[in-house]
Amino acid sequence: MDLKGKNVKLHDMSLRDGMHAKRHQLSLEQMVAVSTGLDDAGIPLIEVTHGDGLGGSSLNYGFPAHTDEEYLNAVVPKMKNAKISALLLPGIGTVDHLKMANDCGVSTIRVATHCTEADVSEQHIGMAAKMEMDTVGFLMMAHMVSAEKILEQAKLMESYGANCIYCTDSAGYMLPDEVTEKIGLLRAELNPNTEIGFHGHHNMGMAIANSLAAVEAGAVRIDGSVAGLGAGAGNTPLEVFVAVLERMQANHGIDLYKIMDVAEDVVVPLMDQPIRVDRDALTLGYAGVYSSFLLFAQRAEAKYGIQARDILVELGRRGTVGGQEDMIEDLALTMAKDRGLI
Amino acid sequence: MSKKLKAVIIGPGNIGTDLLMKMMRSDWVEPVWMVGIDPESEGLKRAQEFGLKTSSTGVDGILDHIIEDDIRVAFDATSAYVHAENSRKLNELGVIMVDLTPAAIGPFCVPPVNLKQHASQLEMNVNMVTCGGQATIPMVAAVSQVQDVEYGEIVATVSSRSVGPGTRQNIDEFTRTTSGAVEAVGGADKGKAIIIINPAEPPLMMRDTIHCLTKTTPDQAAITESVHNMVKEVQKYVPGYKLVNGPIFDGNKVSVFMEVEGLGDFLPKYAGNLDIMTAAGLRTAEMFAEEAYKGEITLPERG
Repeated sequence: MDLKGKNVKLHDMSLRDGMHAKRHQLSLEQMVAVSTGLDDAGIPLIEVTHGDGLGGSSLNYGFPAHTDEEYLNAVVPKMKNAKISALLLPGIGTVDHLKMANDCGVSTIRVATHCTEADVSEQHIGMAAKMEMDTVGFLMMAHMVSAEKILEQAKLMESYGANCIYCTDSAGYMLPDEVTEKIGLLRAELNPNTEIGFHGHHNMGMAIANSLAAVEAGAVRIDGSVAGLGAGAGNTPLEVFVAVLERMQANHGIDLYKIMDVAEDVVVPLMDQPIRVDRDALTLGYAGVYSSFLLFAQRAEAKYGIQARDILVELGRRGTVGGQEDMIEDLALTMAKDRGLI
Repeated sequence: MSKKLKAVIIGPGNIGTDLLMKMMRSDWVEPVWMVGIDPESEGLKRAQEFGLKTSSTGVDGILDHIIEDDIRVAFDATSAYVHAENSRKLNELGVIMVDLTPAAIGPFCVPPVNLKQHASQLEMNVNMVTCGGQATIPMVAAVSQVQDVEYGEIVATVSSRSVGPGTRQNIDEFTRTTSGAVEAVGGADKGKAIIIINPAEPPLMMRDTIHCLTKTTPDQAAITESVHNMVKEVQKYVPGYKLVNGPIFDGNKVSVFMEVEGLGDFLPKYAGNLDIMTAAGLRTAEMFAEEAYKGEITLPERG
């Protein structure tokens, strides 16, 4: 694979996807420590939001330690070069949240829908584009449909005003060939000015390989998180990816030693549990299940005595999509009843 | 005089047609007119086959017939944009308006919670909230009728096939309207609503999760009884309204997990979200009819 001279823009997820792994309990001080470290290391774009996006604060997904507004107001003024992005899932957050984020100085809005439901994003993408924000359409669980379907949905988002489209492997299910096919088709068929991005999870141990395949196929934005702090087995570990890009002589703009130090000195100490491919995270990838279900399934296991792995496999079989966290306890209760445990 | 209220349905789409099929079985409401804007529409043709009079020139096309046909109730299944005008024109002629659009210019109506109150006051325009609201607000109310709820949150998961273009273009309206009604009708101090659209095939049944935070330690026995009673009330007009799990208690959190199967009249059974809207709309008009028949309310005078 030859990536020599290719430009890659890295987008950090530690303070958004990482919120899942932290049960949305990062402190303002931790947010500032991580983001200023990343800014200093040269990361150009950092996402700061509740794990489930703006307005995600809920019993269903977890109440965060602070509001999105408090986090954004703590982080944005501290940035020297990095820009801040925010995630929004229509159905959870609204354009009111989007305007709030814009007022806080957020430069990039990423509007996320399930990979077949792009048409719920029209009002949010339209509003962000109208406010002249960097506007991203984020197609989640992209492993569930064909490359042609992803393209069809991407074109909708593009028509609403998105200047960048992501193919998102929310379940960490994809293997590199699938990434190549999907990113390649998007690159070939979308407007040449529309950027392509890839968001991976490490549940099958493929996050680095998949991200490289994405770059080779034409993606310029790659998501990752420092020390992999993210849902499931985490996102593409940024310090590792930077080292690989360095070896391949791609242009990434990051100070490798500095980002290694953020990973080791700042992020690893704040983890509640090791972020690794344990059997439950591996099951997410293997069964194609939304990565943030991990801790919910483990809590249901502790409460109802049903193995998290069994719950996750059944959720995969039923075709659950991102945001259906409420299904986990419901299903665990039903399984426990069926097995005579309650 | 017949006890049945004569009705017009505005909007011959999926909702209007399903409503028509339910109404033809009603002891209290009789469908007379179906109103559309496209003479070629399948919905108008279907209504004609069912023996209804039809108009393809919108509400204006039936205004001259309201008095002579003794039309007393209208159901608007069009869009929020045209509802206000439809309602104004028909209210002027003394027609009660049941609003199935998100316009919500009248008070929210969730039948087992506050319909009786609206009917007894002869409210001339009532709004049926949203599908998620109809499916979940009875449960929030079941808890808040026992003790104070400081926070109520609902998660509605619906099949992709059951969500039409109008809802998709303005999904924020669902979120706002439903959370507002969780407060106004459900009785929670603060409300939140989440909607998830799932494209699985075969389509999944509508499912709903309701979480409430009570101000003080929940009275488990009383809440459980209240929830079961409320399920029975909803089942009177939506037989497929089913308590799957709960109520379960975790500190001050009360959680209820529901599934809503439709009757499968015109819309498929999985579209319980649409069925519960048409069933609630019809139930609303029936209550007005019952109250008028009993003499509890007097319908607007006609010359």
